[in-house]
Amino acid sequence: MTEASTNDPAPESAPEQKAEPVVEAAVLHEMPGRVTELGGATVGNTTCEHPFMVAEDVNVYYGDNHAIQNVSLEIGKKEVIALIGPSGCGKSTFLRCLNRMNDTIETARVTGNITLDGKDIYRKEQDPVALRARVGMVFQKPNPFPKSIYDNVAYGPRIHGLAADRAELDNIVHTSLERAGLINEVKDRLDEPGTSLSGGQQQRLCIARTIAVNPEVILMDEPCSALDPIATARIEDLMDELCEDYAIVIVTHSMQQAARVSKRVAYFHLGLLVEVDDTDRIFTNPQHKLTEDYITGRIG
Amino acid sequence: MTDNRTTRQKVEAGLPRRRRKELRFKLLGMLATTVGILFLGVFFSSLIADGASAFKQTFIKLDIELSEEVLAPGGELDLAYADFDGLVRSALRAEIPEASGRRDRRELYRIVSVGAGYQVRDLISRSPELLGTTQTMWVPASSNVDMLIKGNIDANIEEALRPLSDKQIGWVRTLQEAGRLESRFNKALFTNGDSREPELAGIKGAVMGSLYMLLVTIALSFPIGVAAAIYLEEFAPRNRWSDLIEVNINNLAAVPSIVFGLLGLAVFINWAALPRSAPLVGGLVLTLLTLPVIIIASRAAIKAVPPSIREAALGLGASQMQVVFHHVLPLALPGMLTGTIIGMSRALGESAPLLMIGMVAFIVDVPGSLTDPATALPVQIFLWADSPERAFAERTSAAIIVLLGFLLVMNLAAVILRRRMERKW
Repeated sequence: MTEASTNDPAPESAPEQKAEPVVEAAVLHEMPGRVTELGGATVGNTTCEHPFMVAEDVNVYYGDNHAIQNVSLEIGKKEVIALIGPSGCGKSTFLRCLNRMNDTIETARVTGNITLDGKDIYRKEQDPVALRARVGMVFQKPNPFPKSIYDNVAYGPRIHGLAADRAELDNIVHTSLERAGLINEVKDRLDEPGTSLSGGQQQRLCIARTIAVNPEVILMDEPCSALDPIATARIEDLMDELCEDYAIVIVTHSMQQAARVSKRVAYFHLGLLVEVDDTDRIFTNPQHKLTEDYITGRIG
Repeated sequence: MTDNRTTRQKVEAGLPRRRRKELRFKLLGMLATTVGILFLGVFFSSLIADGASAFKQTFIKLDIELSEEVLAPGGELDLAYADFDGLVRSALRAEIPEASGRRDRRELYRIVSVGAGYQVRDLISRSPELLGTTQTMWVPASSNVDMLIKGNIDANIEEALRPLSDKQIGWVRTLQEAGRLESRFNKALFTNGDSREPELAGIKGAVMGSLYMLLVTIALSFPIGVAAAIYLEEFAPRNRWSDLIEVNINNLAAVPSIVFGLLGLAVFINWAALPRSAPLVGGLVLTLLTLPVIIIASRAAIKAVPPSIREAALGLGASQMQVVFHHVLPLALPGMLTGTIIGMSRALGESAPLLMIGMVAFIVDVPGSLTDPATALPVQIFLWADSPERAFAERTSAAIIVLLGFLLVMNLAAVILRRRMERKW
């Protein structure tokens, strides 16, 4: 039968879990204190040492659909945090709250509190444009502009007026491409369209484009899902380097990737943040049964 | 009854029927295409067969004595009153001396166009030093002679039933044998305005009228249409009002064009007191007509821009305005331009609304500004098709050929533009 939970504030949500055959899990992982029901508070540790972005009780509604519920999470400076969970669990939605990309969806409504460096990013006088310059984003599908490689990288600095002259802009473009590990492949063809590159190169171009604005946080929404393993490995190496300067939040469907690149992992399930903890702990000793089921491949 | 055939047997049993169905459908499609091409072929070949001869016109070679006594009887040349026709007539009499009586002469004079006198006047006004000399000139024959030469008048039917008398036909043959009759390129068709004389009638007035109208139309409908499309697609909130606007724009695109003409008459002419028959008003009416087309095409083009490009720009911190002008607009522009050109070619071919605002008047002068009275090409075609003279029939077809030529060029431009500017992502 269902094991008793030590930190369950909502035992009334338990009955629907009772029907689940948990015998097998209990036999395999005879661990005391395992949480099994959905709807309780996030288990593990949502806080971190040097919090930079802090989300408190974030709820997102798309019209009548309550997409994520009461999510609280701290994102630290210079760390990679991976958001994992089955499709539709709200991890991308949460990610898009962090740079207010949800603003572009008319029916989306966000409640709760998200701060960046101590300041509420949903406060009235916060300009989402300024926020997105500080919180960059890399998307699932490589989406370079149908412009030259140079113009792709130079676009952000141009609209934000980061470069005083052409030489400075050249410099930003080169450094960004260098940091994205792309410079050697494209330095002789900066005038060619960004769309002429291979998928992996395009994604690195998108990363270069993002870091050209010199953001403080980089959000990555399944950046490797459209890439082959070699290109994926390159992006992962890149993330290792980039996390020395930036806070990185990555949504991924690959448990291996989460294990390889992240310092902390947050597991989402049906719009709830189920468990957050250090990567090692999550993968070796998850506190919530759902997390365990997911990482062992039983759901998702 | 149970069917104990295997799945494979069932599939194979159905195959011949499926193949027959496919074949039937293919044949039907081919038939439809063939019928379409056939009709198009008939249309074009009849048009060209009828209209091609209008690009040629019969000219008569006359040795015209630019006599000072006739032109400047008082020693002073007055271009407005000088008897240029008299010079042409005496030159004709010199060629055909046997036409002696008054009636004969009057008949004789009718074989040249009344435009011959104007041609002499133009020559004198261009180079007055020729006064007193004798010049060999090719002057246009009258439209009836032209029709005779082109074989459109049967010389064998009863004299009273044809526009040319036996005598006139005889004189034409005489001139023909003397090598004084020639079929030449009909320049007048392209350089003249409308005229009651078919041999002098041209489409320049109508072409210029159409051009001025299109200028007004494109100058207004492209910016307004694109701005409206951008606003509706990118900035307007989705609510009952924007739904209402959308439905109405789609409805406007289907409103019969003559209704726009009535609107133009009521608003632009009666209320705003703009001049009648003016390309300005025509252009305004055609703007109303093409706006829904352009808005719909532009919105479709904007919708076709992948959201990933928008997200990429937004994610970098571009404002909504920057997203639109840096990314969406450049990508949507080929589609917008194609829509505009197609709207323009619809406007160019439109005649009904122009009838309402007085552009159906008989106007000889080539319009020189937006407020000059003018007609448009399709209206000119309508006017000529309505004219009783036999020679206007071929000119109607010729004008249709020119109109179709313009439309073809515009549609070709749309295709080329689309090919050139379309970018892949």
